[in-house]
Amino acid sequence: MTVLVPSIHYLALLPIFIFFGAALVLMVASALSAKSFSLRLATSTTVLASVAVLVVNVAQWSYVAHHGATTTIAHALVFDDFSVVATAVIAASMLLSALVGHDWALRERVVGVDYHVLALAASAGAMVMVQANDLIVIFLGLEMLSLGLYVLVAFDRHRAASSEAALKYFLLGGFASAIFIYGAALVYGATGSTNVSSIAYFLGQNVLLRPGLLYAGGALLLIGFAFKVAAVPFHAWSPDVYQGAPTPVTGFMASIVKVGAFAALIRVLLSALGTQMDTWRPILWVLVALTSLLGASVALVQRDVKRLLAYSSINQAGFMLLGVWSANVRGVAGTLFYVMTYAPVVIATFAIVTVVGGVGDEHHALEHYRGLARRQPWLGAALTVLLLSQLGAPLTVGFYAKYSVLVAALDAGGGALALIALLSAAIAAYFYLRFALTLYEESDDDASHVAVPRASAVVITIGVIFTVLFGLWPGPLATWAQHATLLFLP
Amino acid sequence: MHSSWWLSALLVVPLLGAAGALLVRRTGRAYVVALTSAGVELVLSIVVASMYNPHVPGMGTFDFATRHVLSAPFGLAYDVSLDGISLLMVVLTALVVFVALAGARERRREASFVTWMLLLTSATMGSFLAHDLLEFFIFFEFTLVPCYFIIAQWGGAERARAALKFFVYTFTGSAFLFAGLLYLGFEHQHQSGGALTFAYGALAGTTLTHSASVWLFVAFAVAFAVKAPLWPLHTWSPLTYAEAPTAGSIELSALLAKLGTYGMIRFAVGLFPGALASVRPVVLTLAVISILYGSLVACATPDLKRLIAYSSLAQMGFIMLGVMAGSKIALVGAVLLMFNHGVITIGFFLIIGFLEQRRGTFTIRDLRGLQGPAPVMAALFTVVMLASIGLPGLSGFISEYFILIGAFATHAWWAAVATLGVAGSAAYLLWAYQRVFHGSSDETNAQVPDATNRERWVLVPVVVLVVALGVFPRPIIDRITPSVTQLVAHVEPAGLLK
Repeated sequence: MTVLVPSIHYLALLPIFIFFGAALVLMVASALSAKSFSLRLATSTTVLASVAVLVVNVAQWSYVAHHGATTTIAHALVFDDFSVVATAVIAASMLLSALVGHDWALRERVVGVDYHVLALAASAGAMVMVQANDLIVIFLGLEMLSLGLYVLVAFDRHRAASSEAALKYFLLGGFASAIFIYGAALVYGATGSTNVSSIAYFLGQNVLLRPGLLYAGGALLLIGFAFKVAAVPFHAWSPDVYQGAPTPVTGFMASIVKVGAFAALIRVLLSALGTQMDTWRPILWVLVALTSLLGASVALVQRDVKRLLAYSSINQAGFMLLGVWSANVRGVAGTLFYVMTYAPVVIATFAIVTVVGGVGDEHHALEHYRGLARRQPWLGAALTVLLLSQLGAPLTVGFYAKYSVLVAALDAGGGALALIALLSAAIAAYFYLRFALTLYEESDDDASHVAVPRASAVVITIGVIFTVLFGLWPGPLATWAQHATLLFLP
Repeated sequence: MHSSWWLSALLVVPLLGAAGALLVRRTGRAYVVALTSAGVELVLSIVVASMYNPHVPGMGTFDFATRHVLSAPFGLAYDVSLDGISLLMVVLTALVVFVALAGARERRREASFVTWMLLLTSATMGSFLAHDLLEFFIFFEFTLVPCYFIIAQWGGAERARAALKFFVYTFTGSAFLFAGLLYLGFEHQHQSGGALTFAYGALAGTTLTHSASVWLFVAFAVAFAVKAPLWPLHTWSPLTYAEAPTAGSIELSALLAKLGTYGMIRFAVGLFPGALASVRPVVLTLAVISILYGSLVACATPDLKRLIAYSSLAQMGFIMLGVMAGSKIALVGAVLLMFNHGVITIGFFLIIGFLEQRRGTFTIRDLRGLQGPAPVMAALFTVVMLASIGLPGLSGFISEYFILIGAFATHAWWAAVATLGVAGSAAYLLWAYQRVFHGSSDETNAQVPDATNRERWVLVPVVVLVVALGVFPRPIIDRITPSVTQLVAHVEPAGLLK
């Protein structure tokens, strides 16, 4: 008897291998070394691994350009521009988060390499998600990502809130995963496969006389994803977890989880269930409307910056979903462009929140930001730019993010939904501006300067340069996003 | 055709100044850097104005043009050019920021203040230079950000409310513009089958049904009418103008209001001539109401700064009347008034700012008998006021005259009612003058010092400009006429040319 080993395309898998490899090397090395392992070395390893992945992404991009998109390991993973771009975003986000995490770990005296090992493994999980072409593989990636995150959220052992947030996240996340896998099982029952391409093929060839099973499965999958991207009404965990988690982890969650979840969501809804568009689009319509409006309006009353940014990120998720709802090339490119540009901005924002948080990671009330721009003009200016970008102000990259999904929605005949989203942006503008204005207000007491360590300063600078540079010239990013989409949509 | 680098320089010089001011940080030096860059900008704009050639073959009346696509999927391009109408606005932009910085120096956290001012200049410059609808929108919308921060940080007691009201009104108005421009872009793409583009020339060639063009005109007009402001969308302006710091009021009323009327001319009228026949009576009526309402409320308001805000409402009504009258001469008058009103408003707000520094109030009742202690200030105010009323020989006259004779020829009834506004402006301004400068001054007012040398150096050139433009407006009229002629020929094929 022979065992059939499916052909493996190693170039396609290389990013995942690099991240897992780096995680393993770090773990083993720290176990073997007699003294406590240097944090600097661990961070350098993560940064190097991320740079290596970015280099590999360039090679992958040109490979796909020459040989076309393909699937590998018995069609379980897909190797196309979409996955390459999304992987690159994850790698870049990992790089930036690692730098922020480094300074945070130094400040909080977190020893050991666990932080980096978990972050690398979770990112590898997100990479599996963006490459997955099978519901089971998506689930695998999702679990890898989530398991790492559960521990990362609990990483701040000095604060009870951190453990509490982790428990909340773990319980609700476990439910969501179970719901997701149940949905996958039902879809398998309805279509006879868990493979995205096979499901699409089956649904293209057959008309289901009793689509109930498929609908139930699809709905459960959607709920699983909605939980991960914190779409209303599955968002309740996110403010608590964002607030409780160590701040660099919050930035990590806001960027990398969104990339992974949205890439997989797009594959499931548009590739696998593309034929069922008329069924899921109305549901998504409601999700978009609720998510964008509720995120923006609840953020208005927040006094804690991390909670405020959690609701802001819910609002942003509404916009990302808007691109998916559009269900056209423009929309998918728009969502990809959105996550691509949101990731560095949000990481840089949380980098600032991390440094302002101070020792103990506790100064997160809006009050602590009063007069920040007066005491530290550059830090204040940087935060202003980043907030303006999240607001969607022109001449920042955030404007084009909103523009790209709104254009797609209008193109898909969603005038009303675009208007709702725009309205939510107007509401959101209020709290972003109020936050920005707080930075320039006079503070009563002589609050102390916040120390900005070098690595965090680099991240913040990169975030601001990214925001302004691509705010003036979004050409290359938009082209990549569009190019990445053309190949995989029919 | 001249090189487009001149226009890029106009965009970049204020940005360099802003960056320089941020880097220097030290209060005094940041101010010097900012004032220098504003001065360079002003010289540059005058050089560009003197170089401008309205007869470049194949370009209409546009000069200095260039177009670079920045992102094809987004239809985004860097596309700048200049015609007679935008030329005048470019000079006004540079003039306003220079005078505002020179005359209304803000000493609290000066480096941030001048940075915001220069960012605002660059954004405004970009709006006037943009020859692409999306690019225009981006700059137009970005002007909100520096404005918001200037009002909210350096404004009066109610600054937070004023800034928010301003932001919400204009942001909401812009949403209509945004929806309209996307619709137009898609419509053009579907018709041409090419890439998404918002190039002005390309969009102007889009075939639209009558109802589509009316809807689009309305969407655009809402955004521009909020900005201008035009009755009944003006309600943000008195509070905002009054609460903003002097430099902010100057920027808002002398310059940013012109973005509204400029957008109306260039985009609403220029892109949707098919809608004009239907919407003209409505917009003309709103313009006339703005004139009368502004004049009436200006008579009744007890606050000098609000009085100028309402008088601006009336003046913007005149400009809209000229824009929508469908007559060449009225449109020339409207463009001229956009410039002249800008210069006059600078004068008004500067003097009011100087008075406020001395007396700490804008209330007319508390300012009395200032002519005795401050004769020079009173004299300068008189000239500016008479120009605003429209006294022949001063700059306000020729523009209002053009607007009214143009409008009389095409829409006599509206023009007739609007003429009452001229009388109205005489009434509220002279009455205000009487109450502020005449009469016997109480003890505090008697101590008010006259204009300092520095203030004279800022005000006198403004007043000279007011007189010069009244006596010799020819160079300006020569520059705007070709562009206006072309625009009117494009939008009025029926031959309303008069």
